[in-house]
Amino acid sequence: MQNHPVYTDNDPQSELSTLNLGPTHPATHGVFQNVLQIDGERIVSGVSTIGYIHRAFEKIAEHRPFYQITPLTDRLNYCSSPINNMGWHMTVEKLLGITTPKRVDYLRIIIMELARISDHIVCNAILGVDTGALTGFTYMMQWREHIYEIYEEVCGSRLTTNIGRIGGFERNFNTIAFAKLRKFIAGYPKVLKEFESLFNRNRIFVDRTRGVAAVTPEEALNFSWTGPILRATGVDYDVRAMNPYSSYEDFDFDVPVGDNGDVYSRFLVRNEEMWQSLRLIEQALAKLEKEPTDVFHADVPEFYLPPKEEVYNNMEALIYHFKIVMGEIPTPNTEVYHSVEGANGELGFYLVNDGGRSPYRLHFRRPSFINYQMYAPMSRGMLLSDAIINMSSLNVIAGELDA
Amino acid sequence: MAQIPNEELLKRIAEKFDQQVSLVGEPYGLLTVETGREQIIDLLTFLKTDDALRFIFLTDITAIHYPEQEKQTGIIYHLHSLTTNTRIRIKVFLADGDVHIPTATVLWEGANWMERETYDFFGVIFDGHPDLRRILNVDDMTAFPMRKEFPLEDPNRVDKKDYFFGR
Repeated sequence: MQNHPVYTDNDPQSELSTLNLGPTHPATHGVFQNVLQIDGERIVSGVSTIGYIHRAFEKIAEHRPFYQITPLTDRLNYCSSPINNMGWHMTVEKLLGITTPKRVDYLRIIIMELARISDHIVCNAILGVDTGALTGFTYMMQWREHIYEIYEEVCGSRLTTNIGRIGGFERNFNTIAFAKLRKFIAGYPKVLKEFESLFNRNRIFVDRTRGVAAVTPEEALNFSWTGPILRATGVDYDVRAMNPYSSYEDFDFDVPVGDNGDVYSRFLVRNEEMWQSLRLIEQALAKLEKEPTDVFHADVPEFYLPPKEEVYNNMEALIYHFKIVMGEIPTPNTEVYHSVEGANGELGFYLVNDGGRSPYRLHFRRPSFINYQMYAPMSRGMLLSDAIINMSSLNVIAGELDA
Repeated sequence: MAQIPNEELLKRIAEKFDQQVSLVGEPYGLLTVETGREQIIDLLTFLKTDDALRFIFLTDITAIHYPEQEKQTGIIYHLHSLTTNTRIRIKVFLADGDVHIPTATVLWEGANWMERETYDFFGVIFDGHPDLRRILNVDDMTAFPMRKEFPLEDPNRVDKKDYFFGR
């Protein structure tokens, strides 16, 4: 695999034609531009251009207090923003040495696994659409809506959730949230099963995806791939299992792996991950029964904003509120790398702190950015229609790609 | 295989590189070492290919800018040994005006865009890189925006003047 195809088309007699796939193209699901040279339907070479929605989050983050960086992380992978939020909170907690109560960890796992399911719903359902099967999409998207309703009960918003705070959650899960959650885990398995039976052995779908864009484990590791697409090649690297965070070590779950890293394996791995996420949520719900129901954040008044009614009526709360907002609490002068298993792979936060209220430097290791760089090289020799479904199955989210 | 203890890892590196690699610290258990750009590729190759270490996975390449330091720009590599689940962080500091470092694309193809991003934001020139262009910012940009002297907002903006707000 030549590592960087260079686009050259100076020859007016050339048989090849140039195709601009993107930046706005219905099949790319985001702002991606690929300038392809094609010979008939076959791609000869391609160049990816990214950065269309670059918003300089790393620069902005250097000027914001820690607790105001959470909304920036929402806008990375906006299909599963709770995972990004939690990853950021856990990074800061690691920096500050905050240990969260078990109940907070379990609630976080519920929210993160819901986010993973919703992300995989989007990816797999849309992969179906791109191969010409709209039915699966219509079944599945409704259930993403149900997940969003649970977010709404927990934090009030749906897509860019800004869920949780440093040290825990801003409010406890209410009974409606739990009722909706139980309804979801009771109803979703049936739908997922139906979705799988629609696709897994569907002749058209299998012919369309099997062997398309197959990647070897060596290539995948060479390109620093992580997440479901790496596991589809057979490498069982999952941050949740390898470096457990948020009490994942208390849970029993499998890390599904695929066989040959093609689009079909990625599809199967994502489906299986949804089953594992459901298992995790069920276990978390069972574990929550044994935890005190009123704990939803760690006892860290120096970093956890007090409720407003206390700020107005309570001297101590007012002092802490002032200190947090004005950034008068010293933080360790050190650096920390923390990573979580995002829906697309290892989402890392490299935070260098100088003891102030905002990071000296914050770098996001964004899985989409790193996964996507293989797209143009691997598209060589591929049919254009295969390149489209390859992009769907990579599940590159423009927000995470460009940061 | 179990995680390699930091002391052992550091000992193995010291055996091979002696004084050329120095310990920075172990913040939160992650061994951090510093080296020079002359040794960086040798060090990365050693870490990647050594049978006991096998840091085959390049997690990330990024940079940091310290305007007060003599060597202003730091390049930071995060490696991960998937077989032993050990991580290591390597730093190389470069003086301003000579921000050159050999590329890691010779070892990992995945370093390509990470280095392009680092070049784009910090102006670090990765010698031998196959395609060192800007990646997220526009091609005709002249500044390197993540350096500390670059302001967050354009000071010449006219839409945020005080008189628009009655001040």
